[in-house]
Amino acid sequence: MSFSKMPLVEANQTPDASSLSLDSERTLYPYVTGTSVVAFKYRDGILMAADMGGSYGSTLRYKTVERIKPIGKHSLLGASGEISDFQEILRYLDELILYDNMWDDGNSLGPKEVHNYLTRVMYNRRNKFNPLWNSLVLGGVKNGQKYLGMVSMIGVNFEDNHVATGFGNHLARPILRDEWNEDLSFEDGVKLLEKCMRVLLYRDRSAVNKLQIAKITEEGATLFPPYSLKTFWGFEAYKNPTVGAEGSW
Amino acid sequence: MEPGLNDLNEPHSMGTTIIGVTYNGGVVLGADSRTSTGMYVANRASDKISQLTDNVYVCRSGSAADSQVLSDYVRYFLHQHTIQLGQPATVKVAANLVRLISYNNKNMLQTGLIVGGWDKYEGGKIYGIPLGGTIVEQPFAIGGSGSSYLYGFFDQAWKEGMTKEEAEQLVVKAVSLAIARDGASGGVVRTVTINSEGVTRNFYPGDTLPLWHEELPAQNSLLDILSAPSPEPMST
Repeated sequence: MSFSKMPLVEANQTPDASSLSLDSERTLYPYVTGTSVVAFKYRDGILMAADMGGSYGSTLRYKTVERIKPIGKHSLLGASGEISDFQEILRYLDELILYDNMWDDGNSLGPKEVHNYLTRVMYNRRNKFNPLWNSLVLGGVKNGQKYLGMVSMIGVNFEDNHVATGFGNHLARPILRDEWNEDLSFEDGVKLLEKCMRVLLYRDRSAVNKLQIAKITEEGATLFPPYSLKTFWGFEAYKNPTVGAEGSW
Repeated sequence: MEPGLNDLNEPHSMGTTIIGVTYNGGVVLGADSRTSTGMYVANRASDKISQLTDNVYVCRSGSAADSQVLSDYVRYFLHQHTIQLGQPATVKVAANLVRLISYNNKNMLQTGLIVGGWDKYEGGKIYGIPLGGTIVEQPFAIGGSGSSYLYGFFDQAWKEGMTKEEAEQLVVKAVSLAIARDGASGGVVRTVTINSEGVTRNFYPGDTLPLWHEELPAQNSLLDILSAPSPEPMST
């Protein structure tokens, strides 16, 4: 069934351990995927949103997948791409946070440190041609300092005032470039996030109408309950698109 | 399941859900309204049900370009045929014209169609014309990528001799179910009902459709939910 795992042996070459593909498995393509994550800094910290869809190819198979998780006391991690790889990353981070707590030295890993750790993990996997198929958004606040960064599956990382993954880069970030500012209140921030998520819902095939918004401030992380957005279809042109041009769409 | 590399070899999945259903007196045609280029939704309110004559319409799926040009040709020929015949064309003739073009250009066209209409000789009829140009007369027909999710549904829910209202409700429910699970289908549900009295177009925007498993009622904003009063404490 999976010809990608069969031994690849050249003619005239005696098979050895590596060509018999007894070397480690490699991810070639994703199976269950999440779509865009959008996040930006606001007055009190970071706001992040992602829908709860897990697509299986073009099928919208799972509709209650949590793609944003709190990490330690100071960070939020949002992921798009292969969900199983995201779950594996959460296990790595669990261990990281556990060891950090075991030191019991009053210090705790902040968002910058977690972001750096993730960057190293993603880049090193990429170098072994076995990437974790995710785009990650890491946001947090520590000692009043807000931090927001992104890591891709090949290890490209950067930080910015607003970030997005996948389609969010094409549809949400232009909106944010126009309308984001340093001092957004929580209410204005949520409305701006919803504006971005609504466009994604209209225009991204793999979007699902159930989203989760999360915020992180100095006080800690809050994951709001999942909800659905209203959509607008009331344009005259939508009701009668082919008036005057029969046969068009 | 091997997306990515296999996409190049698989038949191009038709991003749509189209349905045609007969009832006691006519037909109801239905479709979603999403047209995608890759993963981007190019048109979220397309009209996939095109008119061929006053009494025959066609649901289009697959390549938007191929299905449009095919229906343009058929409309042109049917117009001439109607003049020569001196009365409205029958559904069977319309469907066969579609088949002729589909079949003779099978190597180049990628479009699956459902032709439906009403004429005075046979009443309401539905003809399915999938890839390749086969023609199949059916009491109901489903097509497009979203139809995969509806075979079980129709096996259970279809029955002979429905009323106009039952047929329309069935079509809207079915397209709505397909939209819930097929990423390539979405937007609004359009229906066209054709019988001896004429043609009626209907439009069901996304927010009027029923909610299915794991779907939540739509809100204006999270802020409305947060400011809603908390439930009263229980009293025993």
